[in-house]
Amino acid sequence: MNTLIALAGLAVLILVLEIINLRKTIVPLTILGLLAALGITFCDVQILSDNYNNMIVETNFSKMFSSLFIVITIFLVAMSQDFYKEQYEKISDYISLKIFLLIGAVCMISFGNLTMFFIGLEILSITLYILAGSNPTKIKSNEAGMKYFLLGSFASGFILFGIALIYGATASFDLNTISNAILNPETPNFLSLGVVLVTIGMLFKIAAFPFHFWAPDVYQGSPTITTASMSTLAKVAAMATLFKIHAIFESYISEAFTVLLICLAIVTMFVGNIMALKQDNIKRMLAYSGISHAGFMMIALFNTANATAELFYYAAAYSFASIAAFAIIIAVCKNYKDEKIKHFKGLGKQNPMMAAVLTMALLSMAGIPIFAGFFGKFFLFDSALQSGHLELVIFGVINSIISVYYYFKVINQMYSQEAISELPETNHSWIYKTVAVLAILLNIAMGLCPSSILNLF
Amino acid sequence: MENVLQIIGIENYIYLAILLFSVGVFGILYRRNAIVMFMSIEIMLNAANLLLVAFSNYHQDPQGQVFVFFTMAVAAAEVAIGLAILVSIYRHIGSIDIDKLKNLKG
Repeated sequence: MNTLIALAGLAVLILVLEIINLRKTIVPLTILGLLAALGITFCDVQILSDNYNNMIVETNFSKMFSSLFIVITIFLVAMSQDFYKEQYEKISDYISLKIFLLIGAVCMISFGNLTMFFIGLEILSITLYILAGSNPTKIKSNEAGMKYFLLGSFASGFILFGIALIYGATASFDLNTISNAILNPETPNFLSLGVVLVTIGMLFKIAAFPFHFWAPDVYQGSPTITTASMSTLAKVAAMATLFKIHAIFESYISEAFTVLLICLAIVTMFVGNIMALKQDNIKRMLAYSGISHAGFMMIALFNTANATAELFYYAAAYSFASIAAFAIIIAVCKNYKDEKIKHFKGLGKQNPMMAAVLTMALLSMAGIPIFAGFFGKFFLFDSALQSGHLELVIFGVINSIISVYYYFKVINQMYSQEAISELPETNHSWIYKTVAVLAILLNIAMGLCPSSILNLF
Repeated sequence: MENVLQIIGIENYIYLAILLFSVGVFGILYRRNAIVMFMSIEIMLNAANLLLVAFSNYHQDPQGQVFVFFTMAVAAAEVAIGLAILVSIYRHIGSIDIDKLKNLKG
């Protein structure tokens, strides 16, 4: 709860700083504020508490994920300094929107009442609609915002209707009352309809098959820094929330629905990876790769009792690798109109450091050892085996192999092809380099000592 | 005083809400005019609101009605954003037909 209040105060403070003409201090102050919020979140990590009539329930789960979100936001805010250089007069809006995005994610992850869940989800989504369409001079950004808005509110409608049915069946929005009511055999059977509708809405938000079709378009059209926040912060928040909801209703949902979800997880992995093979735009490729990663993270749903730490580890590994990759993409594609993979030709010679970081980020996503991505996959597969879902492991391994192909396509372009044009060197790209290096170092540190993360739960 | 909900029966409210919700879903799937799609989203959200209010009365519990206030605020914010994006699109392509948005492909 302290985290939430601190973050809300920070977001308002940013807007006030703009009014009193301290625009230059916004980014440094925000980073300091976020570090303080991280401290608040992390220091009382062992205390279980519920606040405000059980609206917000702080558990180890919510605190760990909140910390992850805050770290991701620190990276995003640091990159905003240079990314919004051309429209610096609007920097306070962009930064405060990023903090509101974070508030939505924290609400979603620590809800104890379905009201809070819905409000958090909507804060997250509405902020992302604005950020996706935040470059109104470009038709592509507008189109991305429009598509995301239509499909996002469509999904919100499903979630709201599901919540209404759950309320009708259990007479409460409170999670404790609901989990008691679902054990009662007299609960009306439209509760299951409600649970299915909420799950469908959340599958939309994590971009799982068959609700994935918006993701590539939206990721491609949005400004790159928004794409980075969508594929890390929003995706991980939605995934962790789906995990939490699934854990509550797990005893209630039928065997057939579990089988359906297993099939969806497998198909999501395949669709993401196979479609990614033929993309020539790197943002679009990462969108499809994000879909397949959502499929991997769905493996955790089938062992909700033991897979919390594994899901967190995978999500953190994926987010840090994504942040590093997107930082390099922004730095390289700054002076191009689009983000074609061919722009990366010869990067290995022109700027070996950036090429190395992007290589490491892609290797982590592909699941090559040393990097945390490998151990993330390993732990998830292990949790699937514990719950007896061998098929998930088999298809997961096949998909890891497929994904290596398109990640290496980019790496190949960087090292074995000649450059077609000079890399534009600007004195501001040190921010991107620092962010990318820090993110990839975090990733490698997680890979070197995975137990230190797993033991936090 | 006799409760009108008991005379009509809660099932009929559920059927009506599901019907309205389906109208909204099909509106989004079949109509290509952005304004009509916005209206369909509103119908979906209002179907849920109707259901919440009906259940709130049925359980004699005020939580559902409070939730509806939150939903209405959220729906208003959502449509405000949507219309802003739509105005920006109209300035570019001079149309609000969703099928004309074909710049993003892979």
